[in-house]
Amino acid sequence: MATAVTREETAVRTAPGKRRFSLTPYLFVLPHLIFFTVFLAYPFFNGLFISTQNYNFLRPDRAQFVGLQNYIDLFTPTSVEFQPFWISLGNTVLFVILSVPPLVVIPLGLAVLLNIKLPGRNFFRALYFAPWVLSIAVVGLLWWWIFQSQGGLINYYLGQLNLPQPQWLSTLPWAWIAIVVATVWWTLGFNMIILLASLQDIPEYLYEAGAIDGASPGQMFRSITLPLLRPVLLFIVTISIIASFNLFGQPFLMTGGGPALPQGGGATTPVMVEIYNEGFVRYNLGSAAAMSFLVALIMILVSFANAKIFQQRD
Amino acid sequence: MATAARTQENASSVSRTDSRKLLGRIVTYSIMILLALIFMLPLLWMLSTSLRPKALLFSPQIHWIPQVWSLESYQKILDNPAVPIARWFGNSVIVGIAVTILILIIDSLAAYAYARMEFRGKNFLFGLLLATLFLPGMMFLVPNFLTVNSLHILNTYAGVIVPGLAGVFGVFFLRQFFEGIPKELEEAATIDGANVFQTFIQIVMPLARPALATLAVITFLASWNDFLWPLLVLQQPEMLTLPPGLRTLQGAYTSEYGQMMAGAVIAAVPVLILYVALQRYIVQSVASTGIKG
Repeated sequence: MATAVTREETAVRTAPGKRRFSLTPYLFVLPHLIFFTVFLAYPFFNGLFISTQNYNFLRPDRAQFVGLQNYIDLFTPTSVEFQPFWISLGNTVLFVILSVPPLVVIPLGLAVLLNIKLPGRNFFRALYFAPWVLSIAVVGLLWWWIFQSQGGLINYYLGQLNLPQPQWLSTLPWAWIAIVVATVWWTLGFNMIILLASLQDIPEYLYEAGAIDGASPGQMFRSITLPLLRPVLLFIVTISIIASFNLFGQPFLMTGGGPALPQGGGATTPVMVEIYNEGFVRYNLGSAAAMSFLVALIMILVSFANAKIFQQRD
Repeated sequence: MATAARTQENASSVSRTDSRKLLGRIVTYSIMILLALIFMLPLLWMLSTSLRPKALLFSPQIHWIPQVWSLESYQKILDNPAVPIARWFGNSVIVGIAVTILILIIDSLAAYAYARMEFRGKNFLFGLLLATLFLPGMMFLVPNFLTVNSLHILNTYAGVIVPGLAGVFGVFFLRQFFEGIPKELEEAATIDGANVFQTFIQIVMPLARPALATLAVITFLASWNDFLWPLLVLQQPEMLTLPPGLRTLQGAYTSEYGQMMAGAVIAAVPVLILYVALQRYIVQSVASTGIKG
């Protein structure tokens, strides 16, 4: 990509005319490359390898090669893993469907609002973005407390208004609503900042021309703003889907994955929590590796499909 | 948005548009202030809960500003050996600073080579780094856990720090910045007899200070806030960082909400201070990440 830029003689080539092999560049990349190899390249292959093992962390000596059995189990309705895995994957997909629309629409609205040139808008931008800098541990604990049915803030005000007070964290659909609210509050600032930055890149004269042609603000939003934002919207949709697919901490801290479902598993247990349970509670690392590779493959396909869909509309 | 040139208009219509503009401003500000309140209330509630004596936690009437102020909750978690929160705070500081310094050194070296040097295998290696951007992090949990285990660094700072050094974001981020630096400066240094490393340290790094600062802030934030990986590799209570520590706090005492919120405040305050101080860097780094994508 950038080779064109650096193809000429660079400042780096010390003795002019000497085109001998130089160790210097390798020494520069080496420290990063070591960590990259051990913790990103090697684990990719090692993960594939482990996923072909019947590997329990507590009994590593009994590990044995089982081929694709871990994957086959995930597609065999009678296996132990089948139900919890697909229920949890379904939960994650449900969360993606519930969370991505508000994570695109609300930040877009906020970005449009903050794009109005008013004094103090940077202050408001900073406030709306602030929750994003917090750890999920803080966010999860905080909303867990707010949504408590006894002593929680939400039910207190619902009670004041004489409205029904649901058991937010242990009944459906309230548990999902609580998780989505916490997530939207926590992460929408990120999407908002990106959308605002690209709104600010739209040249002013387009709107001036629109105003001269007598277009209303709504018309200008539809025919100027939205089309020009499309590439960024694709980016936002894609990263929001990926982020939501990785849902872990919110249910882990707020609902404990519950309420329990009659057919087994938890109604808000996402696939990441299921992988965590399989690998680090039940210590079946082989099966957990197979699950994570399958889910990763699904995620890659989804983002690929997403890019294709947006491209075709052009 | 609607600032189209209307200079030539007569006085009466100007005042009419002025008052409409004023009304628009009032409405916009009202919406923005309302939203700001909605965004801030959960944080204020966290603070308010943490500063309340336990007896008033479930009072039938909620007072946002506690009627009786009390540091009881803070006292209790700080004195409780089962939840060594001061120790967790120290662990988070150590891990965060170590990760940040190491990432800055390792990634700037690599980024400089990828930006400015020609060497065999460069495109292959860089392509390899690029490819990992498309791989979801969850794939690496199990194998990296096993690697950390076989290196015997489970339950150590190293177990949390080292896997993070493999990341490629910093390399891409700094490489892009290095490519924007005019090459003449480095060439001049070379003519003056500086070797590659001297040029890098004395010319390039000082110029890259804003980019390094941005990367440092993002890296520290990510490390301070990381939840899942420390949860996997740190099991001994005194080794935890704050995020898995908060989980322990939550599990240890049900309905001690005052203490839990005190713990959450202790974990949140450093990043919020960092955010207030360096808001511009953080917001801009997010904006530029998005534009790149």
